[in-house]
Amino acid sequence: MVLPGSSVTLAARWQVTVELGHFALILAFLCALVQCTIPLIGTQRGWVSWMRVVAPASFAQFILTALSFAALTNAFIQSDFSVSLVATNSHSAKPLLYKLSGVWGNHEGSMLLWVLVLSLFSCLVAVFGRQLPVHLKSLTLAVQAAVSSAFFAFILFTSNPFERRFPVPFEGAGLNPLLQDPGLAFHPPFLYMGYVGLSVSFSFAVAALLRGRVDAAWARWVRPWTLASWVFLTIGIALGSWWAYYELGWGGWWFWDPVENASFMPWLFATALLHSATVTEKREALRNWTLLLAILAFSFSLLGTFLVRSGIITSVHTFASDPGRGIFILAILLVFSGGALCLYGWRGASMVPSGAFAAVSRETALIANNLLLAVAAIVVFLGTFWPLAAELIFGRTLSVGPPFFNIAVTPFLAALAAILPIGAALPWKRGAITVVLWRMRMALAASLLSGVAVLIYQSGGPVVGWLGMAIAVWLAGGVLIDFWQRVAPRRQELGVTLRRVIGLPGSEWGKALAHGGLAITIAGISAITAWETEVIRTSNPGDHYQISGQYGLRFERADTVAGPNYRAQQAEFTLLADGEPVAQLFPERRFYPASGMTTTEAAIDMGFLRDVYVVIGDPQPSGVTVKAYVKPLANWIWLGAIVMSLGGLVSLTDRRYRLAAGQRRTSFVPAQG
Amino acid sequence: MRFAWLICGIAGLAFSAVLAVEPGEILSDPELEQRARGISKNLRCLVCQNESIDESHAPLAGDLRILVREQLAAGKSDSEVYQYVTDRYGEFVLLKPLASGSNLIIYLAGPILLCFALVAAAVYVVRRQKSPMAVPSPLTNEERRTLEKITGSRLKPRGQQDQERA
Repeated sequence: MVLPGSSVTLAARWQVTVELGHFALILAFLCALVQCTIPLIGTQRGWVSWMRVVAPASFAQFILTALSFAALTNAFIQSDFSVSLVATNSHSAKPLLYKLSGVWGNHEGSMLLWVLVLSLFSCLVAVFGRQLPVHLKSLTLAVQAAVSSAFFAFILFTSNPFERRFPVPFEGAGLNPLLQDPGLAFHPPFLYMGYVGLSVSFSFAVAALLRGRVDAAWARWVRPWTLASWVFLTIGIALGSWWAYYELGWGGWWFWDPVENASFMPWLFATALLHSATVTEKREALRNWTLLLAILAFSFSLLGTFLVRSGIITSVHTFASDPGRGIFILAILLVFSGGALCLYGWRGASMVPSGAFAAVSRETALIANNLLLAVAAIVVFLGTFWPLAAELIFGRTLSVGPPFFNIAVTPFLAALAAILPIGAALPWKRGAITVVLWRMRMALAASLLSGVAVLIYQSGGPVVGWLGMAIAVWLAGGVLIDFWQRVAPRRQELGVTLRRVIGLPGSEWGKALAHGGLAITIAGISAITAWETEVIRTSNPGDHYQISGQYGLRFERADTVAGPNYRAQQAEFTLLADGEPVAQLFPERRFYPASGMTTTEAAIDMGFLRDVYVVIGDPQPSGVTVKAYVKPLANWIWLGAIVMSLGGLVSLTDRRYRLAAGQRRTSFVPAQG
Repeated sequence: MRFAWLICGIAGLAFSAVLAVEPGEILSDPELEQRARGISKNLRCLVCQNESIDESHAPLAGDLRILVREQLAAGKSDSEVYQYVTDRYGEFVLLKPLASGSNLIIYLAGPILLCFALVAAAVYVVRRQKSPMAVPSPLTNEERRTLEKITGSRLKPRGQQDQERA
């Protein structure tokens, strides 16, 4: 086949770009090596010019990594099947969005995204950290660069995304159709922003240990980074859960799968770190614990990467058959976590605790919060790794699944939610439980009332129904009362209250939103767990049947439709509420010829108070299998997560972080006299 | 339209993803069916990754669902059904591992850890109560220079400052 001249030059140019990408990645690796060695020598010898290498090095590292990532993305967009990775993971007929998400929908590409985000964060620390003491900044960025050079080496030596393939195939193998979904297209980038963002807290902690100094200022610098990663992690986890809900076909939203646990453990530690860093920032207490949490949060991110990338949990045997990558990540994990923990053991003791507080105080409440979160995370960790440990140590082949996690982890989280309103309302240093309880009396009463009402109404239904609702109402009421007390501590004019509402610091808004979001999520989880109804039957066009007291379905017709890269069987249902039509639903079963896979596309009528969820199965001789659910408050699960992340974002705008970051610099004016 | 269904049906046959619980499997006794669903949620699909037979599309999971229902229909209790399935497929089939032997580690780890943590925290809090108010750490030379720049006056040298505090 003769290509027109212009296409040939074009193709030749793109070909060069992939190699350029590889080259840029090698250069970025070298940059990272410079960034982690030179400043270390500089801080040792006190050579400030050597310390200052970190900023330009991190810019260069980021730009080179971005170039490398762009080259790979371009290969995916162009469907350049001479690149092995593109050939195995992409297809020319795929929509552009999924060609893009295909870049990180595979091992090599996702690791490239990982280092891209890592170098982006280093770069941001260099930009926003202008106010940092030069020692701390250069040490932090040197540690950051050490982590990224390990991952650059991992990619270059074990998972090169730029490998060519010969002969060049005419068509790619396609991306797993389950992953061709907008929810999942953005799930990995958000999750990685969260995972990798925690590396900044880690680097800050290691730098602080090396310097032997942790104070309120340090906590103030660390907290925004933790907060940002926490926001990303929350969104990432919520997106993944939402995807599972509508794509996997039975409306489950959390499975305690090892891969999910891999993201949940860092989230738990990051949440704990957020709270303990507040104590360190405001009261200079819990310094050692905050350091430890910063180290643990990122260690668990690395552990999560190891879990997902090595496939060790799926089967010990697949791991053993291709151990190269798994062992490499394990080595990274051991070197960084082990190293940091040793450093912690060695230097941590020298951090003398300070800051006195009474047994009943915000500090104590936050310690309780931290204990519950940490214990929950450790139980998740044990449960996730238990099948592996039991097989290797005790020779027992067993499984640990949702029923275990539900009873072993949920109680700690429920307890946390139950003490939250009291802790959040207690003052620093010294408080009285009775005073707080009295202030919260309305919330307490509302919570008891709703719990009892649900208990009577559902008569003997699941515990999660009434207990969950009681906790959610208690939490929401607590947030409202606490917020109200802050803006209107006494009788005052409306104008004054309004001014106080506007003037309330970002962190207070953030706290209220995040805790309120948690209440919403808890309500959603409890309702869907306790009151979901389900009807499974074979049905034919023309059939009409009830799926709950209120809702009915009318099967209108069955059809076949063609999508861009799939064919689908589609059914049309009319959703009837009390006999009146309210929505048309089009559940599908899609067949993707490129991969020979079939997926179910649920049809969901979303509502504020309930989702109606319909899926169709195989055609049977007697009709089509139809599964229909009414899922009460389903959307509240993710709505709550959105509100929580919003709280994090609002909290990030707090004035004190802008000051700490040096964005609003005040010029130093010598005092008079 | 039946014809169109059929064509698609044949095309999808190779990877036919049937719905988890099939209408044909459902027991006529709602109470028994409820119990069957409960048990199914606790049994692992042997050929899937971390899916219960209640959720799984795999044919083997369907066989196991029917097996559970047959046992229940024969009048077995829940624990007898678990026993029956475990005898045939091993402990691996249980999504909630038996709370016995080495498995007690994961069941007790949470509560025991929490107890230890509470004791440690209590000790810490009591010590914090007794500790004197925080003593600010002395300034570093760098900080001292910055402060001098701001205030425009010279601070006392380090040694003298410490002496005064003592």
